[in-house]
Amino acid sequence: MSSIPLTHILSVSTALFCIGMYGLFTRRNMITMLMAIELMLNSVNINFVAFNKYLYPDKLDGIFFTLFIITIAAAEAAVAIAIIINLYRSHNSIDVEDAAEMKL
Amino acid sequence: MSNYFYIIWIPLLPLITFLVLGIFGRKYVKGMAGTIGSLSLLGSTGLSLVAANQYFFVDGKVNGIYQKIIAFKYTWLEFSPNVSIDISVLIDPISVMMLVVVTFVSLMVHLFSLGYMKGEERFATYYAFLSLFTFSMLGLVLSGNIFQIYMFWELVGVSSFLLIGYYFDKPSAVAASKKAFIVTRFADLGFLIGILVLAFYGKTLDIGTLIERLTSLQSPEFISITGAGFLGVSVLTWGLTLVFIGGAGKSAMFPLHIWLPDAMEGPTPVSALIHAATMVVAGVYLVARLFPVFSMDQTSLDIVTYVGAFSALLAAIIACTQTDIKRVLAYSTMSQIGYMMFALGVSKQGGEAGLGYMASMFHLFTHAFFKSLLFLGAGAVIHMVHSNEMKDMGGLRKLMPVTHIAFLIGCLAIAGLPPFAGFFSKEEILLSAFQSNKIIFGIALFTAALTAFYMFRLYFSIFWSREATGHHGSHSEGTVSMKFPLVILAICAVAAGFVPFSHFITSDGVALETHMNIGFSVAPVVLSLLAIALAAIMYKTANDKPAKVAAAFSGVYRAASRKFYMDELYLFITQKIIFPLIGQPIAWIDKHIVDGLMNALASITAVFANLIKGIQSGKVQSYALYFFGGIAALAILFIYVWK
Repeated sequence: MSSIPLTHILSVSTALFCIGMYGLFTRRNMITMLMAIELMLNSVNINFVAFNKYLYPDKLDGIFFTLFIITIAAAEAAVAIAIIINLYRSHNSIDVEDAAEMKL
Repeated sequence: MSNYFYIIWIPLLPLITFLVLGIFGRKYVKGMAGTIGSLSLLGSTGLSLVAANQYFFVDGKVNGIYQKIIAFKYTWLEFSPNVSIDISVLIDPISVMMLVVVTFVSLMVHLFSLGYMKGEERFATYYAFLSLFTFSMLGLVLSGNIFQIYMFWELVGVSSFLLIGYYFDKPSAVAASKKAFIVTRFADLGFLIGILVLAFYGKTLDIGTLIERLTSLQSPEFISITGAGFLGVSVLTWGLTLVFIGGAGKSAMFPLHIWLPDAMEGPTPVSALIHAATMVVAGVYLVARLFPVFSMDQTSLDIVTYVGAFSALLAAIIACTQTDIKRVLAYSTMSQIGYMMFALGVSKQGGEAGLGYMASMFHLFTHAFFKSLLFLGAGAVIHMVHSNEMKDMGGLRKLMPVTHIAFLIGCLAIAGLPPFAGFFSKEEILLSAFQSNKIIFGIALFTAALTAFYMFRLYFSIFWSREATGHHGSHSEGTVSMKFPLVILAICAVAAGFVPFSHFITSDGVALETHMNIGFSVAPVVLSLLAIALAAIMYKTANDKPAKVAAAFSGVYRAASRKFYMDELYLFITQKIIFPLIGQPIAWIDKHIVDGLMNALASITAVFANLIKGIQSGKVQSYALYFFGGIAALAILFIYVWK
C-alpha cells in the first residue's frame, strides 16, 4: 500500500497544471484553450483526492469536492462550447484574436 | 373670528393678469391689455376696501385692540419643526392700510397709463409688468413670514428693474435700471444676513413668533441674542441694523439713495406707483413690521432716526437745485421717506409714546396720495411739453387747468398747509420728534420749510414763470382717463388728512386719542408760508433773482446740483478702490489658483491614464496571464513574506 509517496502524485498534478496553463496562454484556438482549462481542473482534482487519501483517510470531503468539480466542469464545458459555436456563427472563426470588436 | 380667506384673491388677481398679459398680451389682446389690467385691479381694490371695512369697523377689534389675524398659511419649506418658510397672509392694521394704499394708487396709475402710454409698442408688456409689481407689493405687505417678505422684496426689485428699463433702447434707462438693481441688491444682502441672524437666535422665521420671543425680557431667545456680541455690539443691534440696511436700500435712504433719482428714467406713471407711493416705502413698512423688536434696542432705533433725518435734509437741499421736474419729485420722495423713518426712530412701543409710529404710518398713507398725484401731474405736463426740464415749461396754468389745480393741491399737501393731508401727518411727526429729540425736531422743521420752498419753486416754474407760448396750444391736456385719476387723487390729498388715523393704527393696536395742538402748529405753518412766499418772489415771474442767489451760494449750489458728488464718490470707490484692490486679486486667484488646481488634477489624471491604458489590450490570454501572475505574486507574499 504505502509504496507511492505523496510528492509523486503532487508532481504529476503540478505538471498537469503547468501544461494546462501553457496551453491556455499559447493557443489561439478556443477549443484547445477549453481543453487546457479542463487539464488544469483535473490537476486540482488529483490534488483533492491525493490530500484526502494521505492526510484524512477516514473522511470523504476531498472526494466530494472532486465530484462537484467534475459536475461543474461538465456544465462549464457545455456553456463554453455553446459560446464558441455562436462565435463561430457570427465571426466564421474560433480564434480568440478575431473577436476584438470591444478593443479600442 | 370671521373668514378673511378672500383676501388671498387681492394679490392673486394681478398675478393672473400678469400671466395672461405676459403670455398672450403681445399677440391676442394687445389693445385690450390696459382694460384687462385696470379691471382686474378694480376687483382687487374693491376687495381690499371690503377687507378694510370688515377689519376696521366690523370684527378686527377684540376688547379694543386690533388683532393680528393669519388668514391663510401654507408651509412651503420646513427646515425643522420650528423653522419653516410659510406662505401666509397676515392681517393687521398696517397690512390692511397698505392693501388699500397699494391697490388704490395702482388702480389710479393703471387708469392714467391708459392715456399716457397709448400707442406704445409694448403696451401689453407694460401692463403685465405693472400687474407683476402690484402682485409682488401686495404679497410683501401681507407676508406673515420674514422670509416670505424677503422673497416678495426681491420680486418688487425685479419688477422695478423691468419697469425702469422699460425704454430699453435708451442707454440711460438701461444704466438706471442696472444701477437700481445693483444698489438695492447690495442692500438686500444686508437684509438677508439680518434675517438669518434674527432667525438663528429667535429660532423662527415667523414674524409673530419672532416678535413675541425677542420682545419678552425673560425669553431664552432674547437673553441669548442680547448676550451674544460681535465687535462689541450686541447681536440684536447687528441683526436689526442689517435688516434696516435692506430697508434703507429699498427706501433710498442715505447713502444708498443714489438709485432713486436715476430710476426716473422709467415711464412717469411707474415713477408715481413704484418710486413714490409704494415700493420705496417698503423699507419703512419693514421697520414698522418689526417695530416691537426695534423698540427693544435703542442703538438701532438711533441709527434709523439719524439716517432718516439726514436723508430728509440732504434730499431737500438737493431738490432745491435740480431742474428736471421728476428728479425734484424723486428727491422730495426721499426726503419724505426720511421723515417716516425718523418718526419711527423716535417712537416707542405702545401708548402715548408710540405717537411716532402712528405718525410715520399716517405720513406713509397721506404721502402715497399726494406724491402719486404730483407724479401723475408731472406726467401730464411731460406728456404735453415732451420734456422733463423746467426751462421748457412755464405758463401752463391756462393750457392745463385741471392738472394745474391738482398739482397745486399736491404741493400744498406736501408743504404741510392746513387743511391738506400732509399737514396732519407732518404735524404728528414734528410733535413726536419734538417730544423726544430737539435736534431731530430742528432738522425736521428746517426740512419742512425747504420742502415748501422747492415744491413751490417747481410749481411756479411749471405753471407760471412766463406766459405760455403758442407752440403748446395745439395739444390738448390729455384724455379723460388721465384727468380722472388726478381729480380723484386730489380729493384724496385733501380728505386723507381727516381720517382719524390714530384710532386705527397704533404701535400696540389700542386706539390713541390725538388732539390738534394749535400753538404747536403755528411755527411749521408760518415757516412753510414764508418759504412759499420766497418761492413766489423768486420764481413767479421770470427774473434774475434765482441766478443771483445761486451765485451768492455758488459753492453750496454747485455741490447740491451735482447731488453732493455722491455718484462720483461711488464711482471712485468702485472703480479706483474695489476693482483694482479687491476685484483684480480675486480674479487672479480664480484664474491661476482655483482654475490651476482643476487643470492640474485633470492633466495628472490624463497622464496616468496614458500610462495604464496599454494594459487593457483586449487580448483574453494576456488577461489570463495577469490573473495567474497576480495569484502567484499573492502566493509568494503570503507564503514567504507574511508568514
